[in-house]
Amino acid sequence: MSNVEKNTSQNEKSKSLEDIFEAKIARDEKIEPKDWMPEKYRKTHIRQISQHAHSEIVGMLPEGNWISRAPSLRRKVALLAKVQDEAGHGLYLYSACETLGISREEMYEQLHSGKAKYSSIFNYPTLTWADMGAIGWLVDGAAIINQVPLCSTSFGPYARAMVRVCKEESFHQRQGYEIMMTLCNGTQEQKDMAQDALNRWWWPSLMMLGPTDDESIHTEQSMKWKLKRKTNDELRQQFIDQTVPQADILGLKIPDEDLKYNNDTGHYDFGKIDWDEFWQVVKGHGPCNKERLKARNEAWDNGAWVRDAAVAYAEKHTDDESIRKAI
Amino acid sequence: MKKNWPLWEVFVRSKNGLEHRHFGSLHAPDAEMAINNARDVYTRRNEGVSIWVVESKNIKASNPEHNGEMFEPAADKAYRHPTFYELPDDVEHM
Repeated sequence: MSNVEKNTSQNEKSKSLEDIFEAKIARDEKIEPKDWMPEKYRKTHIRQISQHAHSEIVGMLPEGNWISRAPSLRRKVALLAKVQDEAGHGLYLYSACETLGISREEMYEQLHSGKAKYSSIFNYPTLTWADMGAIGWLVDGAAIINQVPLCSTSFGPYARAMVRVCKEESFHQRQGYEIMMTLCNGTQEQKDMAQDALNRWWWPSLMMLGPTDDESIHTEQSMKWKLKRKTNDELRQQFIDQTVPQADILGLKIPDEDLKYNNDTGHYDFGKIDWDEFWQVVKGHGPCNKERLKARNEAWDNGAWVRDAAVAYAEKHTDDESIRKAI
Repeated sequence: MKKNWPLWEVFVRSKNGLEHRHFGSLHAPDAEMAINNARDVYTRRNEGVSIWVVESKNIKASNPEHNGEMFEPAADKAYRHPTFYELPDDVEHM
């Protein structure tokens, strides 16, 4: 067989593999790690799942800032549990991503070097205790809207991780809303604090759902692979529609003069989003990008001796009696 | 020294009477820490009463590309199922 013929027959073979693959997804069958998949599917999933994992890990930092200053023990244990969940979610997702053939070390390296992206919202500072309320209510609220459809995404390990994440996430939003509720029922100063937090987190939360559909380069392919079930604009509208009445109950005002219920569409119309700000933060010029990466790098570097010591200990105690054999 | 922690697979028994089920994986330097980490990562809300861990490199898996010869032979053996056998309607308890 000549080289040309060989290439053609290989192309045909991978073409038919791709057809089988696409048909499988169309039938809502899951793709598992060892199944054949197009290279682009693998790469897109590595990118999205690792970014998702990085977001969980970096997402611990803005809230970690307030654990030691929580106003009561009840608030402190709740916040601690929430941050611990985020560490757990990062770990589920890193493991899911590793099944696609990228190592944990590679992913850490991409995060620590600044090569990988994570959700831009975590590059904003947490200035007051009310920010813990606003983050739980708005940021976790937007995250849930993003994540629920991912429970039925086509890649098995990602879908399974997301089922677990979504189950755990609803307490995050409720604890945030409860913080806002308490502040809004408090003194004028406390209510002002809640309003100020809403003012600062509202627009970044809307941006968190991603660029508008006409700017989003991955949407079409991702919809086909069921990596996305709704477009960014649909998710954003859903978030606004469900959040505005929640703000009304708190007695807070959403910082958007153009926000108005539209009787014809049954949805809220809203003002223009400052996408220049979004892209600035994505490109690394947000208020806390440098601080977040510095904190991650320091945590990793300062923990190196612990990881090394654990390996040294493991090598000395290869057959530990204290662990029971399973069978 | 630069040595990365190996990958472990985690299996959890949700409650007595049920089998251990694969929950996910994690990195740990040894079995003891793998179990401790699995406790924190996979059972923060009473999801289990027993944990197994096994280093991922010790798991051997069948190849999905060979699924035809592996699993298809079972497809045309309907006689292994009770519904294959025809019985008159008035036969009871069978």
